[in-house]
Amino acid sequence: MAKVQDQAVTGTASQNGSSRNVVLDVQGLRVHYETPRGDVIAVNGVSFKIYAGETLGLVGESGCGKTTTAMAVLRLVQPPGRIVEGKVLLQGTNLVEINESELREVRWDKLALIPQGAMNSLNPVMRISRQIADGIETHEGRQPRDKLRERIMELLNLVGLPGRVYDMYPHELSGGMKQRVCIAMAISLNPALVIADEPTSALDVVVQRVVAQTLLDIKDRMHVSMILIGHDMGLQAQLVDRIAVMYAGNMVEIAPTGGIFDEPLHPYTQVLIASIPSIKERKPLKITEGVTHDLRNPPPGCIFQYRCPHVMEKCRVAAPPLRELRQDHLVACHLYE
Amino acid sequence: MWPATCMNEKTMSLEPSLLEIRNATKIYGGGFLASGQTTVALQDFSLRIPGSPATITAIAGESGSGKTTLANALLGFVKLTSGQILYRGVDIATLNREQRMDYRRHVQAIFQDPYEVYNPFYRVKHIFDMAIGNFKLASSRAAAADLIDEAMTMVGLRGEEVLEKYPHQLSGGQRQRMMMARAYMLKPHLIVADEPVSMVDASLRAMILDIMMRLRANSNISFLYITHDLSTAYQIGDQIFVLYQGSVAETGSATKVIEQPKHPYVQLLINSIPVPDPDMKWDTKVQLPSEEELRSKSSSGCRFYPRCPQRMERCLNAQPPLYLVDGEQHEVACYLYDHDSR
Repeated sequence: MAKVQDQAVTGTASQNGSSRNVVLDVQGLRVHYETPRGDVIAVNGVSFKIYAGETLGLVGESGCGKTTTAMAVLRLVQPPGRIVEGKVLLQGTNLVEINESELREVRWDKLALIPQGAMNSLNPVMRISRQIADGIETHEGRQPRDKLRERIMELLNLVGLPGRVYDMYPHELSGGMKQRVCIAMAISLNPALVIADEPTSALDVVVQRVVAQTLLDIKDRMHVSMILIGHDMGLQAQLVDRIAVMYAGNMVEIAPTGGIFDEPLHPYTQVLIASIPSIKERKPLKITEGVTHDLRNPPPGCIFQYRCPHVMEKCRVAAPPLRELRQDHLVACHLYE
Repeated sequence: MWPATCMNEKTMSLEPSLLEIRNATKIYGGGFLASGQTTVALQDFSLRIPGSPATITAIAGESGSGKTTLANALLGFVKLTSGQILYRGVDIATLNREQRMDYRRHVQAIFQDPYEVYNPFYRVKHIFDMAIGNFKLASSRAAAADLIDEAMTMVGLRGEEVLEKYPHQLSGGQRQRMMMARAYMLKPHLIVADEPVSMVDASLRAMILDIMMRLRANSNISFLYITHDLSTAYQIGDQIFVLYQGSVAETGSATKVIEQPKHPYVQLLINSIPVPDPDMKWDTKVQLPSEEELRSKSSSGCRFYPRCPQRMERCLNAQPPLYLVDGEQHEVACYLYDHDSR
């Protein structure tokens, strides 16, 4: 285990412990949005790693910076937003520093995105086969037709779609099918990492389950690493290996899924877990008061102090660092010092 | 602790119901341009909300199940093709001007998107001023301020902090609570809440639901809670109606229906909800039928037939009526339960 610790500190994709190869290593990532009245700190020095074949869930409420973090990893933050500092190491390459043409090669080839509402991103006048082929041919050049067809058929099969989808147009497909087409596109080049931003939001619960099953299948068969952004804790419990909890631009807790659900340490994570509505037993609702601070002007000390039920003198003064409290369980809270 | 549903036989027979929907049907299309092409959005829907005690009636269903059509019909945005909606015994289609004003005051609405219901050019206080002006709720400025203050306290907001702000300066949760305060200020008898928490963050969802429960318990306000989320319907609902493609699949007390679902569709729905426990992973797979199968569904038989794991010959002949399964108004539209009613 000492080896793993070591690796976590150095953060290089070394070969020690084959199951723990680091695919993505984000260090001190900071993203600001410029406004006339000062910068909004959307991502405040976030660090995390993703290992080969693992799925990391990135959770938090709207506006907490989870999508911005993912966009920064892809270097897709649009002005007025900008990456102020930090490193994004994808298999050792710092994506923040490489130039635009190098970046184009990395995107889709090594790093794919399933954007929010992906199903609406399909071109309505292009057949499904053509849209998938586009991505492949952009990166790998013209392909022989029969080979390409075979490959696309295989992709459709992989996401559980029937072969006839090949010749169809987006409007002929249901939302769940379109979403699965987008998943097929994302994995078409066998990327090392797929970032899925709320891949099942806006889908009905049964369809959501089918799409979620598809994601699990893909993960099993291709050993691709994934970041799954979402706010549905139930879905996260079913799909991911580790969960990273964000609050107001900060990473407050990272732990294996079991640890987050069985023993959430950060008060905010505890609120998140307690607010999941149960379908098994009827119980009084747990209510939390308080308002998030202005993101332009974060208070000194802990960012959760205005809503925290356990707030102490110390929390008003010093921001707690993210520390590894036990094996793989990191938390940023003064309660555990 | 949880108020029972409208099961009290005495109140049922003596008091007129607050709201009664009788065989409501809404069919879209079929005009001279789209000859023959019709969509049945709501079919033969009936429900009854008693005058007291106040209840929360949950209408649950997926997209396209007809739940919003129902809300729109109730609020007078669409006209039913057939059937009636009775408010305190009077058909709302026949209300005169004065009665309509009264209906508008006593049946309030809260919508899904707390961002789009505000006019961005006005301070949020405007929504209260409008309501007070329209319904002449207060005779003086001071009285109006008191009314607003009381409503704001009810939803746990401080008026001085939010009333003079513009909508974009408030969070989604704050805006939704303001809408509830506005509705509460009018002292309505019924609030139609169309997906009020689907765009609100998890930690704030409980707060909104709690306000609904307090209004039911303390202010005798009934709710028609329209949602796609069975778990919140289960947490706060008294009765529940689960719709599938415009028809009721199952209805009864929320606890009964969710804990012991009978209809194959409702069973599928409940099984598909991701369990927030990493130790209870999905062990089965759910399959969806192909698009062709769904499209070629029989027009006369059960609408769930193409997806039903327990379908029978008989299901193709006619749509199943509601069968009573275990007393207490637990009814299921499925031929599997035909024997129970005999």
